[in-house]
Amino acid sequence: MKPGRSWIFGDDVDTDQMAPGAYMKRSLEELASHCLERLNPDFAKQVQSGDIVVGGRNFGAGSSREQAVQSLLQLGVTTVIAESFAGIFQRNAFNLGLLVLECEERDNIREGDLILPDPKKGMVLNQTTGEQLSCKKVPEFLLQMLEDGGLVPHLEKKLKQGNR
Amino acid sequence: MIRPQNVKDSLPQTLAQKIIARAAGKAEVAVGEIEIGSVDLAMIHDSGGPRRVAPILERLGVEVWDPEKLVVVTDHYVPVFDAESRAILDLARDWVKKQGVARFHDEEGICHVVLPENGYLKPGMFAVGGDSHSPTGGAFGCYMFGIGATEMAGVLATGEIWIRVPETIRIEWEGTFQKGVMAKDVMLFLCGRLGMDGGRYQAVEYCGEAVSELSMQERMTLSNMSAELGAQAGLIAPDATTMKWLEDHGSESDPVEPWQTDPDADFEYHRFDADQLEPQVAAPHSPANAASVSEYNAIRPDVLYLGACTGAKLHDRRAAASILKENRVQSGIEFWVAPSSKRDFHEARKEGVMKILEDAGAKILPTSCGLCAGYGPQRLGQGTVCLSSTARNFKGRMGDESSEVYLASPMTVASTAITGYISDPRNFLGAS
Ligand code: SF4
Repeated sequence: MKPGRSWIFGDDVDTDQMAPGAYMKRSLEELASHCLERLNPDFAKQVQSGDIVVGGRNFGAGSSREQAVQSLLQLGVTTVIAESFAGIFQRNAFNLGLLVLECEERDNIREGDLILPDPKKGMVLNQTTGEQLSCKKVPEFLLQMLEDGGLVPHLEKKLKQGNR
Repeated sequence: MIRPQNVKDSLPQTLAQKIIARAAGKAEVAVGEIEIGSVDLAMIHDSGGPRRVAPILERLGVEVWDPEKLVVVTDHYVPVFDAESRAILDLARDWVKKQGVARFHDEEGICHVVLPENGYLKPGMFAVGGDSHSPTGGAFGCYMFGIGATEMAGVLATGEIWIRVPETIRIEWEGTFQKGVMAKDVMLFLCGRLGMDGGRYQAVEYCGEAVSELSMQERMTLSNMSAELGAQAGLIAPDATTMKWLEDHGSESDPVEPWQTDPDADFEYHRFDADQLEPQVAAPHSPANAASVSEYNAIRPDVLYLGACTGAKLHDRRAAASILKENRVQSGIEFWVAPSSKRDFHEARKEGVMKILEDAGAKILPTSCGLCAGYGPQRLGQGTVCLSSTARNFKGRMGDESSEVYLASPMTVASTAITGYISDPRNFLGAS
């Protein structure tokens, strides 16, 4: 993995913010261009591929719409680090190939810090400050699914192997 | 019939554990373990359903594993309002035909209300829904949780889903709720007290005297808003009230006995006095911003919305009508009612409930998710203040980002209609 620049958000960031209802029947590009705009109008315009979103408690609350995950991926975000995640969002993230890490020490990450996640070890390195922050370990089978690129490619592989 | 695998000689288990154990084909399961469960019922709607799962199933080269276990509902893009929403609904209609899905409920109401009124949800079931309010099924003693469209496609392909056996958080309400206090108030209070992550994606189980006195539709509101508590499921153990509902809705009644939490099982426990609970209001932009209704007496809403799976069921409209009877909506206030199912709507008509609402000045909107989802043409305008019986008041969800949504019970919405200011419904109940 490569280090990513961090964007900081607060507690209870809900999925309506990442995928606003008014654009839900539009293309993913259009939907993503409104991602998190109510919380940070610059985010969707300035976020770069490989950047990392950092949230507080209960990131991804609310609606089960997985376009919330897809719009982050569409913008090039590959990792979200938060103190805790809403359950459905967390499942959706792994299913779609977005790494989410629970990190109680996320207060030690500031806007723009360069962060290198190491999901296998359950660590993230803040390259800007040199600090190692510990995260919750991700279950092995979910990391496997992430490596395969999400649930669909993972199932494809399994179906080919003839074991469901 | 759905029965647990184990009957005797097993470790004490919670209701959640018993249901998951059965789905996993085991006698018992331990909290924290990852299990694979066979799904008894899957529900999808027009938004997260066919248009999203069909391409994935195609890519995998598989069909729905068991069309008899699938229920499809159209409610989010209903009624059609432009070419895009028409295409979404047409796609859903074609797809159910091709897949041979018999249990297709087209524009009949909101998914979480349509499932139980057709008697589909039964105690002991392990079920998933492509919608975050799927925990509503927990009111029937069914372990039902919400998942995204990709994961749903996985379920439709395999009939299975992984689950981490949850801890159980038991919430007991002792005593009796005051008149004018509704299930909605209970959930706003709990969101305020425990926070939107208070459920920690575990299983919440509601119990106690006050809960057992609630009607099924009130129980559904408790389970429904377990989503706002951040729980995976919101269970209520089945009892005579549950069995009566199942009978009345054309479903065989299963034995109730095994689907209870063993008294000596491990669970976290909270206890509250039902008698002490006052009507609640949650201020923008979070259900967790809840406080007693008296804190908000100075707020004068522009729009009152009685809608959604959470707050426009027959019971909710009856409750609103009981307040509005022989009263009128203050002039200058919009009072919109979007009944949550057609069947309920007709019942409310027969009972005269709709007439009371209409005579009072309410405008009846189509039966669908409507304003709650914020997908349609009707949205709250700039700076609009709304008091709503829905579950969520996130910024901009129901309209412009400058709009402000307060959440309350259907009764509080009704009493506010009379005075024009957010008002305590207990003032309108008289001595009766
Ligand atoms: S009424 Fe609202 S909460 Fe219920 S299913 Fe529809 S959008 Fe979701």
